[in-house]
Amino acid sequence: MSNTAIKEQDYEKDTKVDLSIWKRLFRYVFRYKKATVALILCNIGIAIVDIIYPLMSSYAIDNFVEKGTTHGLGWFIPVYLGLVALQSSGVFFFIKQAGRIEMNVSYDIRTEAFRKLQELPFSFYDKTAVGYLMARMISDVGRLSEMMAWSFVDLLWAATYVIGVVVAMFVKNWRLALLVMVVIPPLAIISVYFQKKILKYQRRVRKTNSRITGSFNEGIMGAMTTKTLVREEANYSEFKELTGEMKHASIRSALLSALFMPIVMFLGSIGTAIALYKGGSELMVGALTFGTLSAFISYATNFFEPIQQLAGILAELQSAQASAERVVSLIDTPCEIIDSPEVIAKYGDSFNPKRENWEPIKGEVEFENVSFAYNGGEKVLKNFNLHVSAGETIALVGETGAGKSTIVNLVCRFYEPTEGRVLIDGRDYRERSQLWLQSSLGYVLQSPHLFSGTIADNIRYGRKDATDEEVHAAARMVHAEEFILRQENGYDTEVGEGGVRLSTGEKQLISFARVILADPRIFVLDEATSSIDTETEQLIQDAITTVLDNRTSFIVAHRLSTIRNADRILVIRGGEITEQGTHSELIAKRGYYYDLYTTQFSEEASDAILSEK
Amino acid sequence: MENLSTNEQQHKKIHWKLVGRLTKGSMGYLVLGALFLLLAIIAAYIVPIVTSFTVDYVLGSKESNLPEFVMSVINGWGGRDFLRSHLYICAIALVVFTAINGVATYFRRSCIAHASEGVAMTARNALYSHLQSVPYDYHKHVSTGDLVQRCTSDVDTVRRFISMQLLEMVRTVVMVAVAAAIMFSIDTRMSLISMALLPLLFIVSFVYFKGVKKQFTLSDEAEGKLSATLQENLTGVRVVRAFGQQRDEVDKFDACNKDFRDKTYHLCKMLAIYWGGSDAMGYCQIALSLFAGIALAVKGEITLGELMIFTTYTGMLTWPVRQLGRILADLGKASVSLGRIDEILSAPVEEEPGAALKPEIHGKVQFKHVCFGYDKYDDVLSDISFEANPGETIAILGSTGSGKTSLVQLLQRLYVCTAGEIDIDGVNINDIEHGHLRRNIGIVLQEPFLYSRTIMDNIRITNNSLSNDDVYEAARVACVHDVIESFENGYDTVVGERGVTLSGGQKQRVAIARMLMQKAPILIFDDSMSAVDTETDASIRAALKHRRESTTTFIISHRITTLCEADKILVLEHGKLVQQGTHEQLINEDGLYQRIARIQNALEEELKQEGGKADE
Repeated sequence: MSNTAIKEQDYEKDTKVDLSIWKRLFRYVFRYKKATVALILCNIGIAIVDIIYPLMSSYAIDNFVEKGTTHGLGWFIPVYLGLVALQSSGVFFFIKQAGRIEMNVSYDIRTEAFRKLQELPFSFYDKTAVGYLMARMISDVGRLSEMMAWSFVDLLWAATYVIGVVVAMFVKNWRLALLVMVVIPPLAIISVYFQKKILKYQRRVRKTNSRITGSFNEGIMGAMTTKTLVREEANYSEFKELTGEMKHASIRSALLSALFMPIVMFLGSIGTAIALYKGGSELMVGALTFGTLSAFISYATNFFEPIQQLAGILAELQSAQASAERVVSLIDTPCEIIDSPEVIAKYGDSFNPKRENWEPIKGEVEFENVSFAYNGGEKVLKNFNLHVSAGETIALVGETGAGKSTIVNLVCRFYEPTEGRVLIDGRDYRERSQLWLQSSLGYVLQSPHLFSGTIADNIRYGRKDATDEEVHAAARMVHAEEFILRQENGYDTEVGEGGVRLSTGEKQLISFARVILADPRIFVLDEATSSIDTETEQLIQDAITTVLDNRTSFIVAHRLSTIRNADRILVIRGGEITEQGTHSELIAKRGYYYDLYTTQFSEEASDAILSEK
Repeated sequence: MENLSTNEQQHKKIHWKLVGRLTKGSMGYLVLGALFLLLAIIAAYIVPIVTSFTVDYVLGSKESNLPEFVMSVINGWGGRDFLRSHLYICAIALVVFTAINGVATYFRRSCIAHASEGVAMTARNALYSHLQSVPYDYHKHVSTGDLVQRCTSDVDTVRRFISMQLLEMVRTVVMVAVAAAIMFSIDTRMSLISMALLPLLFIVSFVYFKGVKKQFTLSDEAEGKLSATLQENLTGVRVVRAFGQQRDEVDKFDACNKDFRDKTYHLCKMLAIYWGGSDAMGYCQIALSLFAGIALAVKGEITLGELMIFTTYTGMLTWPVRQLGRILADLGKASVSLGRIDEILSAPVEEEPGAALKPEIHGKVQFKHVCFGYDKYDDVLSDISFEANPGETIAILGSTGSGKTSLVQLLQRLYVCTAGEIDIDGVNINDIEHGHLRRNIGIVLQEPFLYSRTIMDNIRITNNSLSNDDVYEAARVACVHDVIESFENGYDTVVGERGVTLSGGQKQRVAIARMLMQKAPILIFDDSMSAVDTETDASIRAALKHRRESTTTFIISHRITTLCEADKILVLEHGKLVQQGTHEQLINEDGLYQRIARIQNALEEELKQEGGKADE
């Protein structure tokens, strides 16, 4: 499946800004109407105050300094301080509201996406790497909500500021205003050009950086191989090339931004120079006051900041487009396995089940002309038929890729048949809800997965309301109690993320206890291939026997001891049952099963001898 | 994490030696950068002076306070009247000084970029090469994640310190000094007023960011928890579904999601208070100098132009001073990072033997009373003696933890034996240069590591000059050629993280092909066909036998078919060599080998019984 997997490489690309995607995302922002309105008002307020400051100075120069009087300073000071107060509180509210929107929007998107992830079928997970989803859920969502809360508002501030300055200048002296504004178009064009280029270079730096991280990883994980192959020198010279490339790219990127600022400043100074020259000439003939001149100079000096910011946001918007598309497409991914509205009406959905309407499950399973293909690929099963009575134990053997796992995944309704039906207790399982079936399902994976929390939490996973006594009883039944009590805090020992603090065998035993406690009607075991010491192996064997008792079971088995005791063994090859029967019947047949048994017997026996303590 | 400390306090001291080592080659850039910085600041300060001079002297009719030599030049041109009629000169001066500022800024940043990127490169290279030359034992005791973090984020912290913080600090200090010098030369009272609130602003930011650190950490931790919860859910998605726990998972995620939102929002509110508050302080400072300036200008004690200088300078100083407080509060981070880097770099490297001989190796191996333990108290191997001649195959059998792997690793000198000696062709391996030794011993591990590059590159990694045909030939011997050809991109398929994941058996076979390219006289198979099925195993061994005539081969295996073909079988138990001999000898001795060999009989016995059952 790796060829269809979504790869991380090409996920930073410039795409055309598609407004409909943003419209869709902004719906999350508009849920917080009051905060959004407050945010917008704050920003416009701040921009206006920013515009007023030079006017205040200009007024002061003309009315106090030039006239040589302090008359009027009595109201000038409070007004000025009022502006300061207004602006600071504007900044305070702006940050607070923007933070509030940012956090709430990311919270909302993540909540919605997470719910979606709980509903998406396994076929989705087959072609999507966990790392990819993590990046979408954490960094993309974070980046987008940050942009929507802050950048767009900055855009508003910059726009208001630019417009305000233009208006203020025109009101004061429209001819001079026109002259000063000559610098705006080149300023804007250059800004957009540079911002785009800078982003491009930064991206290259990031890419090289992740390659360096990869190299470090490889250098450390492959330390032994590197030593045995005497690759130290060669590796190092390759690595040096990479860091050289990194240095080169980083410097280029730094130089580009280093060049950008002076150019902007320079253009800005041309505006100031024009103001000084033309304004000064007009001042000498009395057409302009000192105050107006100082206001023009300060506007011209500060003009480049909002324009630069505008350009920056536009460039950022473009580069965030890809993030936006990925997040929206995650939220909008169609679910391939869904319960029909009638089924939901009767049985409830995955989050709000109506357990009172659920029929009890006996555990009879039937495949009726089932065909199946993964994601539109080649058919793994073709017209497959199988009847399993309630309580029967079925072992599936065959080579990797023969279709064993597909069969058990279809039983679990983790996938649905492409054609045909799967019947549980005589009815198509699509007539009942997914949760109805899956709540009665016991599923032990090849590599046992534990959740962080205590051992008791993990055993209780399938039935949260179980008492301590029930938890202990389940652990005892699979012979897990002995090692659990050996742990530092017994049942309350933290297993660590993913169960890192336990051995595979111990994790396996806990996952059996978890199944026992949930008391499922149908049990599926995708058996571990990893080597476990004989002692644990024996314990697991006993645990399996306990679990199988009285339940319909499907076992994808590798270990002969598990297979031998099954009621029926199915040999699966190329999606079909080629042999079936009990152990003795199949041995007598001298077919595939016989060969498998004889070759594997000695392997397992010698393994057993060698792992004796 | 046994030998890498995580104690921050220990890292607080500054590691000058390391600083010296990393900045070597970048010092020139730093000095040059500082000079450009000074030039840029001076030019930046002259710009408002030009404006003020124009307003006061040219347009207004005040006296100029420019230094005398400048005035004498201007007077030489024709003084005020000349400038009035040629006002564009003032405008051009403005543009020119801005341009000087711009050019100097560009070079300053360029110098700093060269310096900081140079330091980062030196640090990365030093770390990488050091991590390759530490003894293998080192890697067994430290966590990969921690090392990678030190090599990447800590290096980045140092880089950012140089490229941004260091410079920003110097810049702010120089700016304040220069501005103070200019302002005090104009008017002392006004200068004091214009800088009155700055110390306070600095202290407030410093104290604030020291204090708010905890809140940042809380928010980061909450995000980490959110990530971890999500990751756990995604990797365990099958378990979640199989137990129908979607609802509880949503609740669990929601709790983390809420916690992160609330903590970060709280942080945001605290930041809002800071930015709002410090903005108020900053603007009050600007207002203060404006009001005082107006009062003094009205009295005629300063000119309009000087007023403009003061207000502009105040504006230029306020925000960097505020930023300085923050930088100083974060300063500890860089030295902590330096300490963490230093710790890796001070780990001792693998020692090259004094003699460093490079004898020609034919493949005669002798173990003479070899003992080995990872630490003093625990003997992994004790008193191992045996001999292997060129062309012989030595099979090693033993239970888990009996010391099989350690034995072959000693031969490669990945570990050094604690007593006894190992000779190859009569030379003690401790006297052989280790690159030479290892090049002459090919080893395939049970879980081989492939580099993330193409299969072709992986196979010929020890010798790039070999032709494609050589590679195909090796792959055929390892029975992996057809598998590789079946991939979409054949030999150009990239393996590992960024490409296709190979199965355990495929990896083992690629590693065998890779080893064959080494053409070494001694080969070691450390249980390296365990994931390959028995038939393929047999055909690989047959093909190998065909190729090797004079190579000495060590095979660790528990497959009886593999073992019985060996010229000599060594049986290890608890680190001791309990039996050695040929198949014929050992089959008749009571022991591990005999038990393994007899499994076949047990199977036949069982099949006979089953046959009986089926007949009934």
